[in-house]
Amino acid sequence: MEKIIAGKIINMTEDGYLIKSSEWTIDVARELAHEEGLLLLPEHFRVIEFLRHLHTSNQNITLRQISKSNVADIKTLYELFPGAPLKKAARIAGIPKPTSCV
Amino acid sequence: MENEPSPLKKVCIVCSKGSLEDVYAALVLTNGAVMEGMEAYLFFTFFGLDAITKKQMNHLRTATLGNPSLRMPGGVAFPSLLGFLPGVESGVSFMMKKRMDELDIPPVDEFLEMITAGGGKIYACKLAMDMFKLQKKDLWEGISGVLTVGEFYEKSGGSSTQIIFV
Repeated sequence: MEKIIAGKIINMTEDGYLIKSSEWTIDVARELAHEEGLLLLPEHFRVIEFLRHLHTSNQNITLRQISKSNVADIKTLYELFPGAPLKKAARIAGIPKPTSCV
Repeated sequence: MENEPSPLKKVCIVCSKGSLEDVYAALVLTNGAVMEGMEAYLFFTFFGLDAITKKQMNHLRTATLGNPSLRMPGGVAFPSLLGFLPGVESGVSFMMKKRMDELDIPPVDEFLEMITAGGGKIYACKLAMDMFKLQKKDLWEGISGVLTVGEFYEKSGGSSTQIIFV
């Protein structure tokens, strides 16, 4: 489905993930975060950029990858993206819904 | 009329076995619940206590005897008699751990830390500890407490709660 986010038409899945991660911009991230009730700080952006990097380099998208990279430890990730950190961060980062079980 | 979907809010998982695959099933279920934003409790009892006993937790094994699903690489059935030989069980368990590491599945202590960092709670069963003569000092430091069965049920209340037994 198409949705207007930050003044742009964006293709999205039923559960709200970007279909083309190339359509992502920082303003799109801010608006998606706003939908989640989050105001993005530089710490959020470090996680988002790292997730986009994992996605473009075809690596596993897991919380452990993020914590191993020293971008943010697990506890911080739960604080930055409360509730469901990996799903929320992936959605805001404009990458597909994570399919990993860990 | 369709029923309103009512998402699961809390899971209470009981792990009574200490083999690698059973403990990991419980850990993946618990961590998965935490990652979905659910309340999650993991209660270790009987042989499951190995998963939170400092001496054993990172040395769990998978059984090579009496395990009909065990196969050699390539899918050939694992000859049961081989399971008797010294070192075979360690070797098979090592392979399993290597595969898990490739999938980014952490060692037991790190997995427990991931769960508690996300707000999940780990408990030990009092009765089983008494049986195995374990004391709190023998257990991993991150556990939230030692519970009786009654206390476990008290924690399992709430309408959107499930109890899962591993």
